Amino acid sequence: MLDKADGQIITENVRLVHAVGMHARPAVKLTKLAKKFQAQISVRVAGAAEWINAKSVAKIMAMRAAHGSTIEIKASGSDAEAAVAALVNLIATDFPDEAS
Amino acid sequence: MQGGAAGLAYRGRTASIGFAYGPLVRVDAGTNGERIAGSLVEEALDLRKAIDAASGQIAELAAIAGGEAAQILEFQVALLEDEDFIEAIFTAISEGDAADVAWRSALDEQIADYNSAEDEYLKARCSDLADLRDRIISILRGGGGEAPKIPSGAVVCADDLPPSRFLEIDWSAGGGLALLRGSPTSHVAMLARARGIPMVVQLGAIPEIGATALLDGEGATLELDPSAEQLRLFEKRREIHRKSRASARAILRRPTASWRGERIKLLINIQRVEDLDHADAQYADGIGLMRTEFLLAERGGLPDEETQYRAYDAVMRWADRRQVTIRTFDAGGDKPVPGFTIDGEANPFLGVRGLRLCLARPEIFSVQLRALARAAVQGNLRVMFPMVTAPHEFESGRKLFAEVVQRLQAEGIAAMLPELGIMVEVPAAALAIATFKASFFSIGSNDLAQYVLACDRSNGALAPLMDPLNPALLELIARTAEHGRRAGTSVSLCGDMAGDPRCLPALLNCGLRELSVNASALAQIKQTIDRLSSGGGLG
Repeated sequence: MLDKADGQIITENVRLVHAVGMHARPAVKLTKLAKKFQAQISVRVAGAAEWINAKSVAKIMAMRAAHGSTIEIKASGSDAEAAVAALVNLIATDFPDEAS
Repeated sequence: MQGGAAGLAYRGRTASIGFAYGPLVRVDAGTNGERIAGSLVEEALDLRKAIDAASGQIAELAAIAGGEAAQILEFQVALLEDEDFIEAIFTAISEGDAADVAWRSALDEQIADYNSAEDEYLKARCSDLADLRDRIISILRGGGGEAPKIPSGAVVCADDLPPSRFLEIDWSAGGGLALLRGSPTSHVAMLARARGIPMVVQLGAIPEIGATALLDGEGATLELDPSAEQLRLFEKRREIHRKSRASARAILRRPTASWRGERIKLLINIQRVEDLDHADAQYADGIGLMRTEFLLAERGGLPDEETQYRAYDAVMRWADRRQVTIRTFDAGGDKPVPGFTIDGEANPFLGVRGLRLCLARPEIFSVQLRALARAAVQGNLRVMFPMVTAPHEFESGRKLFAEVVQRLQAEGIAAMLPELGIMVEVPAAALAIATFKASFFSIGSNDLAQYVLACDRSNGALAPLMDPLNPALLELIARTAEHGRRAGTSVSLCGDMAGDPRCLPALLNCGLRELSVNASALAQIKQTIDRLSSGGGLG
């Protein structure tokens, strides 16, 4: 776990545009991307009580984020800013297949 | 074998069309036999090894299968790499659970959670999880996860079949899949359709007897130990199916379709430029609907003029002199786009979508119109606006477009105003069709049906009401077609109805002579028109 001296907590919201919501393929893509970062990253459906580890595919699936819901992302750690930006982009662009 | 099964027939739901006649082989997903647990450390080590072995097996399967199948298996791999998930299982082991017990209970908990979901898609993922559960348990029990021995061409019968088991079976000599439960939207159903393996699901309870089986993926039936008569009828259905496909291919190659002596224009719908790669696309009379929303889904925000122009230009080049109809951005409703659509509308289907949104965001709309005006000089382009309610909206769109063309020409860039039309999908537009000074009309039957019948098309509970042959809907289609005929304005229909053979007689009787369908439906629709024209039924 990273300590707080590494930087402040970065948060951002993004709308889930994927037609069927946060299902297997989007969830796999999201966790794969999250794992590329050192930062501790959590997500939740806007307003939900619990934050969820963005690197756990089981928990992301269990979140049951529906199409059109807003996803809150927060991260702390050295590359938190980049992590949040990357995840927001992934969700906002509807989980495209990696270009090349 | 036993006389008890002779002639028994069962009906389920179609998951993949096709026919199979072969030995009936039952695959039991349940693994029996007890395993003797070792010490806490041994149990943890055993599970770790089993997970590694399973990861290896799945990766191997994914490499062989490729494409869609590889993506399906990726979810299983991701779960094995999920530290939170796996850690909880190791914790249970450290507290005294045997490896297989801890693993099974964790997976069963997930499966129960997915199963309780209302969402059919999430429920369908249960079989992926059960697959992973059984694979690990089989490895823990020393089974090594061996492939089941299944003779080629068999009709495989199982309660449900996980995708990895499907991929382990050799389907090269045909065969079929009969599932007592299962779902047409499952991963294994997608695989079966991709491989052309017939598959029927939800057959219910079937006795544990029978040596051979007939599986009819079209009629969704399974017949056990068939009689000579059953076999004869089955072969007849199979032959009709085969001939029908062959004749559809032959009819597809004919230059034009006609019905009662009148030419029927058959166009294709495309979602993106790559859809033109479909082998049948070349036989279309043109493009009846090019959706442009794919441009809004690209990485890096809203598309610039060049990106759009390249896409439109590619389609114009493909079409050569054939007609191309491009629909401007139909965002909003069920198609939200960050930075473009309006968030938080209480009822987005009745909100600021389609042309309404484009007129509200002229800075975004103008970029698309510029790209379209430049593509228009390449050939036979028509542009239509979606979700139009009143003539003044259409006129506002036309005015903006004309200004864009003028500006381009002033800049010395080759551009022209293409023919402009509207999608007829709002009942008000269909009812007052004569008040629109459009060059053509294209009926968007999906939205029109949704608005006329007041049924959300994504709500499965309303499926029985969502009848495309509802007389109110057909009346609006007929009026639109009739107006087009009188005014000499082209009218086409580009919704799902056009690709549904059952709707064709009604559409032709409504007076429609232009239909636009997905390339994959082109052959069947052309064949159906041919049959109707020669006085035949739908076949």
